[in-house]
Amino acid sequence: MVDVPLDTFGGLPPPEVPDVDLYHPKSWVTKYVFSQDAKVIAIQYSATAMSIGLLALVLSWLMRLQLGFPSIFSFIDATAYYQFVTMHGMMMVVYVLTALFLGGFGNYLIPLMVGARDMVFPYANMLSYWLYLLAVVILLASFFVPGGPTGAGWTLYPPQAILSGTPGRDWGIMLMLISLIIFIIGFTMGGLNYVVTVLQARARGMTLMRMPLTVWGIFTASFMALLAFPALLVGAVMMLFDRLLGTSFFMPSLVEMGEHLSYGGGSPILFQHLFWFFGHPEVYIVALPAFGIVSDLISVHARKNIFGYRMMVWAILAIGALSFVVWAHHMYVSGMNPYFGFFFATSTLIIAVPTAIKIYNWVLTLWRGNIRLTLPMLFALAFIVTFINGGLTGLFLGNVVVDVPLSDTMFVVAHFHMVMGVAPVLAIFGAIYHWYPKVTGRMLDETLGRIHFWITFLGAYLIFFPMHYLGLMGVPRRYHEMGEMAFVPQSAQTLNAFITVMALIVGTAQMVFFFNVVWSYFKGKPAGHNPWEAASLEWQTPETPPPHGNWGRELPVVYRWAYDYSVPGAASDFVPQNQPVASRPASDEDR
Amino acid sequence: MAIALALVLVVIGSILFHLFSPWWWTPIASNWRYIDDTIIVTFWITGAVFAAVVLFMAYCVFRFRHHPGRRAAYEPENKKLETWLTVITTIGVAALLAPGLFVWNQFITVPEDATDVEVVGQQWQWSFRLPGADRRLGKSDIRAISADNPLGLVTDDPAGTDDIVIQGGELHLPLDKPVKVLLRSTDVVHDFFVPEFRAKMDLVPGQISYFWLVPTRTGTFEILCAELCGIGHALMRGSVVVENEADHQAWLQEQSRLKLARLPAAQE
Ligand code: HEM
Ligand SMILES: [Cu+2]
Ligand SMILES: [Cu+2]
Repeated sequence: MVDVPLDTFGGLPPPEVPDVDLYHPKSWVTKYVFSQDAKVIAIQYSATAMSIGLLALVLSWLMRLQLGFPSIFSFIDATAYYQFVTMHGMMMVVYVLTALFLGGFGNYLIPLMVGARDMVFPYANMLSYWLYLLAVVILLASFFVPGGPTGAGWTLYPPQAILSGTPGRDWGIMLMLISLIIFIIGFTMGGLNYVVTVLQARARGMTLMRMPLTVWGIFTASFMALLAFPALLVGAVMMLFDRLLGTSFFMPSLVEMGEHLSYGGGSPILFQHLFWFFGHPEVYIVALPAFGIVSDLISVHARKNIFGYRMMVWAILAIGALSFVVWAHHMYVSGMNPYFGFFFATSTLIIAVPTAIKIYNWVLTLWRGNIRLTLPMLFALAFIVTFINGGLTGLFLGNVVVDVPLSDTMFVVAHFHMVMGVAPVLAIFGAIYHWYPKVTGRMLDETLGRIHFWITFLGAYLIFFPMHYLGLMGVPRRYHEMGEMAFVPQSAQTLNAFITVMALIVGTAQMVFFFNVVWSYFKGKPAGHNPWEAASLEWQTPETPPPHGNWGRELPVVYRWAYDYSVPGAASDFVPQNQPVASRPASDEDR
Repeated sequence: MAIALALVLVVIGSILFHLFSPWWWTPIASNWRYIDDTIIVTFWITGAVFAAVVLFMAYCVFRFRHHPGRRAAYEPENKKLETWLTVITTIGVAALLAPGLFVWNQFITVPEDATDVEVVGQQWQWSFRLPGADRRLGKSDIRAISADNPLGLVTDDPAGTDDIVIQGGELHLPLDKPVKVLLRSTDVVHDFFVPEFRAKMDLVPGQISYFWLVPTRTGTFEILCAELCGIGHALMRGSVVVENEADHQAWLQEQSRLKLARLPAAQE
């Protein structure tokens, strides 16, 4: 497997890069504010996304307070609740997770892991962040306009999204659509960068099949995002036209509160197709980077190569491709042609196969490993548990007829929080504990980290596991109160209160994390260049944190894949990717 | 080591919760018992996979934890094992999918003798229409909606003259008779959901969607709206009464009588 052709580098350019090739910042502002250094942009993206994440977390508290203790918090009425659900959902999915994985981790890790000096288009990269920030500001502005933010649900289904029965119909929905449009434009600049950098700027010897899976995950996700977001873009533009110019892309003839509106001939289901053509791949845009990251965390901290690397790469690509033909599994009960159900249920369940392969390969990597139970490893293990759980409930919802009673209930809420809420967030935490030493040169505090880990992992499981059973009972989602439901026993309210208390505890535990990130920056244990003894390229930089340009005068040369751990006969239990072949034992050349 | 223990506890806790929690589906009141059965099968298969994988992880974490001097095995791939796992997973997935598609086929194949019943959604209430003696519903047209024709019935369609319209009341269905529920909305997307029937379907303005069922238990059941339709969404409730044939006929007679009584007033 460690295929190292010895004569690969014959006709390649010399390793020294003339200084003029790099744009050097000239002032504090160009260095830290309007920076073109992917690492600074990564931190800008991450900090912004995490701030929005905090806000979305607070919104979830407010919703949970209302659900757990209805009628105590009188300011959370139906209007406020729907605004909170919508903003919470949209922020978490698009403005937090997508931005953090691609804008944050993508920017920081891609150039370092493939051995490049920077992204290939640093200027577009900078613009990408500033457009993202603009989108965020516009989104936040909707809290302050008359009528408040939109309460249409993060799915924004017309006609209700632009009719007056829905909160935020005057301004909120327009700001939401405009913000999304700007986000997508900004993302496209970033996304093209990530894809082209991986394809064009790899170090000598870094063949595609030697790249760490983190890069594969982010690369594939970026590629998918470039294909998926345009569907949302046209959907948003068309809905904006329907709202502002009176067009009828998504609006049939209808009567609102006894009054005939002048719309006619449009199709509400068309919007749903556009939305989910984006929305389903979006799930994997969030999941694939997490898959990649977790693969690397497990491999490094189990001191063992990732099991079945080639299969892992193909699984990522297969999932990426298949996820474009499953979108209508969100629409089994939407009133679309019911014969679609056969196709989409089949394609959806087929995706389960490559996904299962990934899970097997993670746990098989643990088998006969030398597992260090570091914080990144703990979070990676927790990710696997939550991801399996959420993935398996996906088999319920994907299997068309089983989805009929469960769709639009709390079962769905529990499912997607497990699989694309909690699981990716755990992967993000693992990644931060893992790479923080490279970013700052200091370790995050271990004790605080363990407190954070245990509360987050077990707490989140306790929030979302029991929630499935509310949905199985038939409690619908997006209800600001259950009210009287004959089929719901009184005890369900106790369960709701329990979930709320857990949500508050888990939320509070995140403050420990934020404190840790700030405190360790100043007081953390110095980390050195490679505290985890990892083989991949980003740990081999001459300086930590890596300066602008990453590699000093000479770019690295790569001689092996990123997973040479515990190679028999090797002196240490890891062999860095840039260590020349000569020092490898000849014995496993034939693998 | 705490983590190995925690993983085991997660598995045991989840299984115990599943078996002993008081929160479970409501007793079914329609012919869609197959859906329940498929859910049960899915619970068994997925539960077994969850337990197996997580317990395997727990074992690995315990057995192969770091010791000074230990070295991990070096095994980049294992073709045979990977192939086997892929094959077994494919078989398992197919075993879930096959019954799912089989039941879905039934779900969308409406029996010939089903009676049409119309459900209309409007922000934020349910209305219903049942056919009269001719067993046919008259046409409707959104443009015909007005204050005294809130459902937009086409008045010159003879099939519609004996239709029974119920606004803001209860829907009554006969026991053990197949019903085709036709769904339409005059404003936004709603969703007709009766948990005891295990079936639901969106009501979409501009089109008519449908599903069918056979009510199998008498009683009064709650209708919920399961698609966000504005601020009244959670309050958009209704009820459906399933009764035996004789009671149902009596109810239909009564509704026709009420309709006749109202008629002169409407024509003034
Ligand atoms: C502990 C953390 C979290 C809690 C307590 C929480 C809680 C909630 C609650 C109460 C709802 C509304 C359910 C309803 O009434 O339908 C909701 C909706 C949602 N959440 Fe979360 N959430 C959390 C984290 C996340 C994360 C990390 C994501 C990222 C994917 C996320 C994505 C969503 C989405 C997409 C919705 C649906 C919004 C909609 O229905 O329009 N949540 N969450
Ligand atoms: Cu999907
Ligand atoms: Cu509704």
